[in-house]
Amino acid sequence: MSFLALSSIRKSFAANTVVKDFTLGVERGEFVSLLGPSGCGKTTVLRMIAGFETPSAGSLRIDGEDVTALPPNRRRIGMVFQSYALFPNLTVAQNVAFGLRVAGVPGPERETRVAEMLRLIGLPDLGARYPYQLSGGQQQRVALARALAVRPRVLLLDEPLSALDAKIRVSLRSEIREIQRDLGITTIFVTHDQEEALSMSDRVVVMNGGVAEQVGTPFEIYNRPRTRFVAGFVGTLNQLEAVVRDPGRGLVEIGGTTLTMSGPLAVAPGRRVRVAFRPEAIRIGAAPGREVMLRARITAVDFMGAVIRIRAETEGGTLSLDTFNRPDTPPPGIGTRTDLSLSSRDLIVLEDGPAA
Amino acid sequence: MRRGTPILSTVIVLLGAAYFLVPLYAAFQFSLQMKRGELSLEAYRSVLSSSVFLSTLTFSAVASFAAIAMGALLVVPTVYWVRLKLPRLRPVVEFLSLLPLIIPPVVLVFGHIRLFGSNSVLPLTMTASGTNVLLVMGYVVLSLPYMFRAVDNGMAAIDIRTLTEAAESLGASRIRTIAGVIFPNVRSAIVSGAFLTFSICLGEFVLASLLNRPAFGPYMVQLGQDYAYEPAALAILSFALTWTLMALMQLFATRSPGRRRRAPLKTSTTP
Ligand SMILES: Nc1ncnc2c1ncn2[C@@H]1O[C@H](COP(=O)(O)OP(=O)(O)OP(=O)(O)O)[C@@H](O)[C@H]1O
Ligand SMILES: [Mg+2]
Repeated sequence: MSFLALSSIRKSFAANTVVKDFTLGVERGEFVSLLGPSGCGKTTVLRMIAGFETPSAGSLRIDGEDVTALPPNRRRIGMVFQSYALFPNLTVAQNVAFGLRVAGVPGPERETRVAEMLRLIGLPDLGARYPYQLSGGQQQRVALARALAVRPRVLLLDEPLSALDAKIRVSLRSEIREIQRDLGITTIFVTHDQEEALSMSDRVVVMNGGVAEQVGTPFEIYNRPRTRFVAGFVGTLNQLEAVVRDPGRGLVEIGGTTLTMSGPLAVAPGRRVRVAFRPEAIRIGAAPGREVMLRARITAVDFMGAVIRIRAETEGGTLSLDTFNRPDTPPPGIGTRTDLSLSSRDLIVLEDGPAA
Repeated sequence: MRRGTPILSTVIVLLGAAYFLVPLYAAFQFSLQMKRGELSLEAYRSVLSSSVFLSTLTFSAVASFAAIAMGALLVVPTVYWVRLKLPRLRPVVEFLSLLPLIIPPVVLVFGHIRLFGSNSVLPLTMTASGTNVLLVMGYVVLSLPYMFRAVDNGMAAIDIRTLTEAAESLGASRIRTIAGVIFPNVRSAIVSGAFLTFSICLGEFVLASLLNRPAFGPYMVQLGQDYAYEPAALAILSFALTWTLMALMQLFATRSPGRRRRAPLKTSTTP
């Protein structure tokens, strides 16, 4: 059984069900992100794990112990909030020591632990400062130290980086991940930033409308999205219409070319389905092994440095494609007519059928 | 504020200040004239040498402090709880807290006397200490609108919900959270509520007089009926005392370094 186990959790506020049949197992030491658009119930799930909300149905276990009815102060979880929530009347050291004091850890041991925590977050000399004397990034690191000082069983972070500016966000991202690996602490991280989720996590839970649409490694989520929602929410996605020819053998036809998909399809022959693919799956011009060819006209070129994002108009709709910058090959000009090629292996047939 | 019209605002401020300061100055001037034809502090000497002055002042000060302590213990947890768990009840509680401004103290004290009088279940008025308790309770009620406003403003300035959750996730119980996190962070709000409570209770007449307690308010009134110059001196003295205490409290309240950058607390008491 998983270290942290959520079984068929449901949460309703009055008539409004915001989390539906949510089941998730998290292994000891694992870093799992909850990713989804605003209002999809990420915070609610996290608050139920913390004990600030009680599930309307279902159960919650930590390390085999049923904690569904346990109040938050007895769950031994650490929580980091988007707004830092440091105690303004206490110094940094006193903030970090708060949980230890509550737990009755004796003075000398407490001081050692506080010093150790401050070193861990890279602020060993700021113990005597007050929260208002720190930058946002420093405050959030102190909040992390405060949560970790009591050696919680699970660490919960609710969009801890959203209030920070872009540079600090990226550096703190790897810092948090590093600390998490060092301590081997089981962590749930809530974010609506897909880059954050993909870059930090062992596994990502993509949520939509209170439901976990897909749970998987970042690699799986990105390359094998199971639903249209996941495919559309994580990364940019191109879609083309295909006609099913032989569902049993996974044959579909796109623009006169018959392709073999990776598996059989559960759709009647002659039906139209949408197939999706990532921008980096397309190439300009033909290439061996890329059996799908599309006539296209370039409509926009965004030079972003290492990557060039190009938009092209085809019969089936506008596509987005990414190519790497190569000093010897300038990007095509706007208005150029060209062939695009892609491989059937990069095509994903989405579970919930044709697009509206 | 629009530029170019500071004259009007200056005039308004000056008028307001005059409205307040002229009578104060007049009283001060008058208090110095006890000896015919010369300015002296004779009236002050007379007041300060009276033992009644000291005993009534002490009595009222102690009663005020008791009222402040009880008021804070009543209001802080209430406001906290309402904001945290029953936000929809807040208008109701706010209205209740304003009732003492609408219902005259006379009604309150007659209610007290009827409820706790000699042939009631709890005859508090039968003993001096019981009556003192009633007086303090009455003061708590009188100061409720001010205490409530101040503390409510103070709690609005910090995110009590998240601070509470942070404390709870660190293992703190509810009581520990209130005592260790909420109370210290609304301390300056409590202190500004305390100012107002103190200045109301120190000169309060109706409750003290009808409960027949040896308080400062009735003493001032009595003195005003019997003498000419001493009441003016007394008024100036009690003013000075109140303002000194306020200054001290302000000093005490803002000394905590963890909040220096916070916006100054609103002590506005108008509903
Ligand atoms: N206490 C509550 N009472 C009623 N409805 C609530 C309550 N808390 C959350 N909700 C509703 O539940 C839904 C999910 O909220 P939640 O805060 O979990 O979303 P989220 O995924 O964290 O969104 P965001 O990215 O904006 O933080 C929202 O529609 C919200 O309005
Ligand atoms: Mg949220």
